[in-house]
Amino acid sequence: MTQRRPPRVVMPGPVEWLRDNLFSSPLNALLTVLALFLVYWIVVPFFQWAIVDAAWSGTTREACLARENGACWPFIIQRIDQFIYGFYDLAQRWRVDLTLAGLAAGLMWLTLPGLPAKRGVGAVMLTAFPVVAFVLLVGGVGLERVPTERWGGLIITLVVAVVGIVASLPLGILLALGRRSELPVVKGLSVAFIEFWRGVPLITVLFMAANMLPLFMGVSVNKLLAALIAVALFSSAYMAEVIRGGLQAIPKGQYEAAAAMGLGYWQSMIFIILPQALRLSLPNIVGNFIGLLKDTSLVSIIGFFDLLGIAQAGTADAAWATPNTALTGYAFVGAVYWAMCFSMSRYSKHLEGVLASGEKR
Amino acid sequence: MSGNGASAVEIQGLNKWFKAFHVLKDINLTVARRERVVICGPSGSGKSTLIRCINALEPHQEGKIIVEGVPLSEEVGQVEAVRANVGMVFQQFNLFPHLTALENCTLAPMWVKKMPKAKAEALAMQYLERVHIPEQANKYPGQLSGGQQQRVAIARALTMEPRIMLFDEPTSALDPEMIKEVLETMVELAETGMTMLVVTHEMGFARTVANRIVFMDFGEIVEIAPPEEFFTNPKSGRTKEFLGQILR
Ligand SMILES: Nc1ncnc2c1ncn2[C@@H]1O[C@H](COP(=O)(O)OP(=O)(O)OP(=O)(O)O)[C@@H](O)[C@H]1O
Ligand SMILES: [Mg+2]
Repeated sequence: MTQRRPPRVVMPGPVEWLRDNLFSSPLNALLTVLALFLVYWIVVPFFQWAIVDAAWSGTTREACLARENGACWPFIIQRIDQFIYGFYDLAQRWRVDLTLAGLAAGLMWLTLPGLPAKRGVGAVMLTAFPVVAFVLLVGGVGLERVPTERWGGLIITLVVAVVGIVASLPLGILLALGRRSELPVVKGLSVAFIEFWRGVPLITVLFMAANMLPLFMGVSVNKLLAALIAVALFSSAYMAEVIRGGLQAIPKGQYEAAAAMGLGYWQSMIFIILPQALRLSLPNIVGNFIGLLKDTSLVSIIGFFDLLGIAQAGTADAAWATPNTALTGYAFVGAVYWAMCFSMSRYSKHLEGVLASGEKR
Repeated sequence: MSGNGASAVEIQGLNKWFKAFHVLKDINLTVARRERVVICGPSGSGKSTLIRCINALEPHQEGKIIVEGVPLSEEVGQVEAVRANVGMVFQQFNLFPHLTALENCTLAPMWVKKMPKAKAEALAMQYLERVHIPEQANKYPGQLSGGQQQRVAIARALTMEPRIMLFDEPTSALDPEMIKEVLETMVELAETGMTMLVVTHEMGFARTVANRIVFMDFGEIVEIAPPEEFFTNPKSGRTKEFLGQILR
């Protein structure tokens, strides 16, 4: 009998790791080299510009002019208040801080795993919080009014995005159900609504809401309110189609089992069909949210100083005229958007995992 | 007609079309309380469609269907009233995949019968015990075998405490070793006196459990007979042919 040797346990060295992961085949090797080139051509110069050659200290454009090959961070640092609050009254900014803190706390509570009473917190965030946030930001009830024309920066971006997101999900669900309804009137209206909003670019909708409506109808609507309604309706049409996709994937047997047990239409939708359909469309729903968040930057075109608007205003300011101001402004705004979108994307991935863990088929 | 309330299901002159296709032709069938009727026939003969008419999963165009004294009609509330009396078990189980076995069973009692949660859970556990899988109560359907899923589906229908149970080929999607456990559950249910209408090709089940066997072909009821007579002395040539194929 031959003696069996125990298998050698060797930790793969760096060379083995490289061979196994980066150069396992000629194609793989080629892609690795290509990727390295990309890093060299794009990432390295960007890093050089944004970090190494950048101006970091100073309070005026002179500091940036001295470092003409790098980013002009003093521009951001000096104007960070504008990027967050726009032109919101200085003495009242604590109200914005409070709102943002509430939003952040609520979102963290809802998204971090392991925290209790998520349902209750969710209910508060959807009912009480919007009212409190509205009063805090707008004013009233003893608080000084801050006209929406003075809002700007991150608050405009967040208000438009959050309102759009929160309104478009339920509206989208109703529209999707309406489109699949057996009642011809409900179905017809839903289809007409969805196809109308999907057929027009958001920018024209915003323009109409901001300028045409007051002109034609002779009513003066708050421009922010008009934009909010436009964004909510616009995104609900897209949301409806995403959710309809999920609804179509639910087998007929689910409807039949629910009906056979005596559940009514709304009961089967709420307890049986929608939970499954929404889960199936979760990646697309979050995709829509991300699209919506980025689309909020279009409000800068109708005269709002959202994140992007503030950056643009800054670049036009003679006091900060440097070759790198605009680039720095856009890079910063891009990074802020990216951070928000990436967080949503990661959270959606996490949620998919949680939801899938229970009911693996 | 009789209307004395002695029958569980009365079907009179039932006709149904899918567009131009005449799927059910002049069906007359009365099922007594506590009776067990097995419906068999070749594929496409209209067996599923017939029992799906009984709880209005399919609408019919002509004829009368009276379930536990309640006529199925367009009137509001009638369909719900009938469905409250009728449980159904499907070939594909149709469990709700996002709910546990227990939640599958408590949903309808809680929301249709407005039962408090604790009471619904106790009731559901009672029926899960009846189908011999109380230990699976907190698993999701995807974590159960086919036979277990079908037994949860039976328990789910029973938690509504229906007077009539409809089965549409409950074992056709199962592996042979699981067919037995589901059939045994159904036999036990029959022993409790439940009125049962069962579409199945399990002739052993039909022979031992059914009071009468209905044979359908091309949307018609060709023959109705007690099992003994049905298997040993079928009247119709079409029945003979069908039995010849299925019993071999
Ligand atoms: N929704 C529908 N629309 C049109 N035709 C249908 C529909 N459902 C069933 N049919 C047709 O009606 C006939 C009877 O169908 P049914 O499902 O009742 O047959 P079955 O006896 O249950 O057959 P199987 O043993 O294959 O289940 C078949 O020819 C089928 O193609
Ligand atoms: Mg069938």
